[in-house]
Amino acid sequence: MSEILEQIATCVERGKINAASPYPPDMKGQEGADELTRKAIDGGTAPTDILEKALVVGMQKIGEKFAANKVFVPDVLMAAKSMNAAMAHLRPFFQSGEVKRKGVFCIGTVQGDLHDIGKNLVSMIVEGGGWEVVDLGVDVSTEKFIEAVEQHPGCAVGLSALLTTTMINMEKTVKALKEKTPGTKVLIGGAPLTQEFCTKIGADCYSADPQGAVEYLNKLAA
Amino acid sequence: MGVIDKVASGKVLVSDGAWGTFLQKKGLAVGACPEAWCLDCPDDVLAIAASYIDAGADMIQTNSFGASRFKLEHFGLAHRAQEINEAAAAISRRAAGPDRHVIASVGPTGKMLLMGDVTAEQLYDAFREQVVALENGGAEAICVETMSAIDEACLAVRAARENTNCEVLCTFTFEKTANNDYRTMMGVSPAEMAPAVIDAGAHIIGANCGNGMERMIDIVKELRSVHGSIPVLVHANAGLPVLKDGENVFPETPADMAARTPALVNAGTNIVGGCCGTTPAHIAAIRAAVDAISG
Repeated sequence: MSEILEQIATCVERGKINAASPYPPDMKGQEGADELTRKAIDGGTAPTDILEKALVVGMQKIGEKFAANKVFVPDVLMAAKSMNAAMAHLRPFFQSGEVKRKGVFCIGTVQGDLHDIGKNLVSMIVEGGGWEVVDLGVDVSTEKFIEAVEQHPGCAVGLSALLTTTMINMEKTVKALKEKTPGTKVLIGGAPLTQEFCTKIGADCYSADPQGAVEYLNKLAA
Repeated sequence: MGVIDKVASGKVLVSDGAWGTFLQKKGLAVGACPEAWCLDCPDDVLAIAASYIDAGADMIQTNSFGASRFKLEHFGLAHRAQEINEAAAAISRRAAGPDRHVIASVGPTGKMLLMGDVTAEQLYDAFREQVVALENGGAEAICVETMSAIDEACLAVRAARENTNCEVLCTFTFEKTANNDYRTMMGVSPAEMAPAVIDAGAHIIGANCGNGMERMIDIVKELRSVHGSIPVLVHANAGLPVLKDGENVFPETPADMAARTPALVNAGTNIVGGCCGTTPAHIAAIRAAVDAISG
């Protein structure tokens, strides 16, 4: 791996956004994901390599550490901010089709539930895994999930719930998705959920952490 | 005599149990605003408050957990924050009467300073609006609870100390990690939380929610390891819910929680109550366990 790709991966993992960012303190004053990605593109590095060998690598490292409770929510948020700074430079290449992503992942917090932190963490890690993420927001009805799948044929769907009262709504949405758009893979997550619940409601994947969701999706794409 | 003085006199006190899960049992729809019931269904809210007083609680909370303007704006009710908080405190005051305490609930706003969602000033202003209204409604203490970030918790504690005469409690929600220690989702340990919120002005610290009473014993030991004398409050869940026949059931019974109360008190807890899944029956059982210790 070239040196600059390694540097970008490190910036993503550590949450180093740009030179002006004071975070993390031990990288103060150094160039961040923003400047280094620009430099890499200008220097002729293939944008696909920047995505796959730098951003995906950095986000995978932070995702694994998060799953192992070695880092916490703020660390993932900073890593995602830094990933986004790099992604901004890659956007024209996504639009032109030069850089292809692994697929589309539509995610939302289920109806009746307004909590978005868990859903946002999964969005960030999945995007960092090389997927195009469509964030449907919070309090998303079954109809809205179905509409999203119709707009993005072949996409995978993620359902999030924090509340014990709203997780029960997942069953309805999973059933409707399986009926209207057979073959759609549905991933579920949220603090009160379990594998047992996932099996019971007919969803395809439960993960206690965002990294597990990415690993499942990557298997689908492989 | 306030809560602090009663604790200082050597008493172990009993707090109340769940509000959110209780409101749902009374018919609060999933996705509806719980705090709006302070205005729309005050009799149901009063019945919850009264049931905990009847169960023997020395203090009760208020139906104001999500009544900051930031949470209320999801329901188009941000402009009614003052009214809702005053009503919440007035209802609990009515149930508590003159001899029991009202420790008014203030939960997280759902906004993260770290992400630049809001400024510290905006958060402080929202907390100030909420705590002032709660004091006006009759609260004598503010219970900043279910916190996970030090910056947000300290802003809420400061807003309460600087704008009211209320006693201020502050509890965080800790989870056991894969490394067998306790952290909030933001990565804060009990030993880090205690000095930060005490410095911000909290009179009483502690933990709420989480996974059952057993783990609260470890958390209190860690809090006590960094501060020997500050009063400590625990509002424990009745365990983590399990799905049975399409309904969520909290596994810890009143007898389970009562059986663990002596160990929790021995670890250094001064005030014992419940969080999600606990009922007046849990609080009555904890009351009996506390009375048995106190003799």
